[in-house]
Amino acid sequence: MVGSKKNTVYSMLILLPSLILLLVFVYGFIGNSFYVSLTDWGTGAALRENPVKNLIGLENYRQLFTGAIHERFRQDLINAIFYSLFLVAGTLGLGLFLAIMLDKGPKGENILRTIFLFPMALSFVVTGTIWRWIFSPKGGVNLIPTWFGMERGDFLWLSSREKVALFNWQSVPQIIAFILFVIFAFMLYGGWKNGRKTQTVWGAVLSGLMLFYAAVLHYLLPPILPYAEFHGFSLATVGIIIAAVWQYSGYTMALYLAGLRGLPVAMYESAKMDGAGDITYYLKIAIPNMWPITLSAIIIISHISLKLFALIFSMAGADNASTGHPSVLMYLITFRANNFAVGAAISVILFLMAALFIIPYLIQSYRARR
Amino acid sequence: MSQNTLRRVSPIVYVMVLAAMVIFLVPIYMALITALKNPAEINLATAWNLPSYPYWQSFVEAYNMLLPSLRNSLVLTITGTVLSALVGSINGFVFSKNRFRGSEVVFTLFLFGMFIPYQIILIPLFQLLRAIGIYGSLYGLILAHVVYGIPITTLIFRNFYDQIPDSIVESARLDGAGFFGLYGRLFLPLSVPGFVVVGIWQFTQIWNEFLWGVTLTKQSSQPVTVGLAQLAGGQAVNWNLPMAGSFLAGFPVLLIYIFFGRYFIRGLLAGSVKE
Repeated sequence: MVGSKKNTVYSMLILLPSLILLLVFVYGFIGNSFYVSLTDWGTGAALRENPVKNLIGLENYRQLFTGAIHERFRQDLINAIFYSLFLVAGTLGLGLFLAIMLDKGPKGENILRTIFLFPMALSFVVTGTIWRWIFSPKGGVNLIPTWFGMERGDFLWLSSREKVALFNWQSVPQIIAFILFVIFAFMLYGGWKNGRKTQTVWGAVLSGLMLFYAAVLHYLLPPILPYAEFHGFSLATVGIIIAAVWQYSGYTMALYLAGLRGLPVAMYESAKMDGAGDITYYLKIAIPNMWPITLSAIIIISHISLKLFALIFSMAGADNASTGHPSVLMYLITFRANNFAVGAAISVILFLMAALFIIPYLIQSYRARR
Repeated sequence: MSQNTLRRVSPIVYVMVLAAMVIFLVPIYMALITALKNPAEINLATAWNLPSYPYWQSFVEAYNMLLPSLRNSLVLTITGTVLSALVGSINGFVFSKNRFRGSEVVFTLFLFGMFIPYQIILIPLFQLLRAIGIYGSLYGLILAHVVYGIPITTLIFRNFYDQIPDSIVESARLDGAGFFGLYGRLFLPLSVPGFVVVGIWQFTQIWNEFLWGVTLTKQSSQPVTVGLAQLAGGQAVNWNLPMAGSFLAGFPVLLIYIFFGRYFIRGLLAGSVKE
């Protein structure tokens, strides 16, 4: 609905202050962080009135990905990917399970829903403090085996230095090239099957290039690190993942429950008429029909997983390298070591990771509104 | 399917939901029994046991330790919530009922600010607050919460006003209501549920916030999340105090959640489910 000219003028005047604030505080600040990440601000007296800042290009990024002193950043980055994967898998799985259970209509549904959802209302600092106690090495969950007459568990939930699924950082470009090869190969296949010529050609060219890099070029080019450096899934993150899944499963449950309730009753009835049991109904009909909900849940939860700062900080402490996350490292490097340029570079990397999920989501919702 | 309440619910479902319920309540149980134990009684080996008698003194002690930060959080949260709700309301009114060419693009520009990891703006924000001399004060935190709260409050109010039929707006305009008359006389009085949803959402968000609290404040302006992290962070501290402190820091939002849970969920879904 479009109002009169006078209305439009008022509308713009009303929005102007907010728009200016957001242009400065969101877009301007993002630009500023990009700029800071290209400087050497932080060496020397970083907090002086007019600190020395020299442009040094992408050097900070090069150091983060391939410099000897930033090994922790690389492990943190790997941790971030695992945090996201497990948080998404855990909250979607548990949330869907709880939603299906509630959808069966047990008595006391309101109370159950309240219990499953209350952790979301709490601060990560509050829940993190409590979970730290539950995961303390000589108490909490490690005592559970003693209830069954077994020895006390000795797993160091938050400080174990053990890593599994190890891989060499030197082979990361090869791994990425291979993943891209698979994606482009699917594109090629899709184009070929549907007779789309441009897509077929691009798919063939790009997948060929990626395969060539992974199979040939990778071995000819100098390695990104002069020595082998092993990273993997840090077992100390398991405790934090459990706490985060506990906190956010209620949210995915609420999403899925709304989705299940939104499905027409006729869908269930006709599935029953065709002789489908409950399990078949949920697996073959309900879950596929809730794909849009699953998609937004994946986006939102992945996004939340980038904000685990407060949970990690209060459960394991900022200095704990085994549970590290780029957001925690950014805090340490910026506010403890006063190395603003490297801190900004980490924040840019975090931002780009978030943008990967958010920009497609915003474009899609913009199109839907129009 | 919920309409079909006569259907028999299998006992397996009850076993499952009961098990889930118990697991979900474990942290609360642990926090409560530990907070109620006499410090002398706290022992890792008996962490799961009930206290032999309730020892309330920890709550008093934790309260006294957290009092300055609780006070800061209260001021910060109420001011931040009220201001960002007011801005969001009038913005939402524009985006819903006074669309103009390009308003959807502006709205999308607004929304983007809701999804960024706040690390990306932290260094410039820190610099700006230092430059204008409010770094380390509550004003800096309030400013941050109001500005970065604009996207979500605008979104919730826009969705809320979208439910008010355009025909009512048309007839009010025909009766001569101008921009501000329409907002002040018609929309604002209808906005109470919208303010409740936004108010609850912003209250919990600001109360629970930690990143800005830990980077942009000094000792005197710390919010309660930072106070609690410090209380729990010291190695020498006995566990009864952090647990009691967790209850105190979680209490206001828990209270809101229990009494206004319905509205809380609506705020929660606002960002993810389109109308």
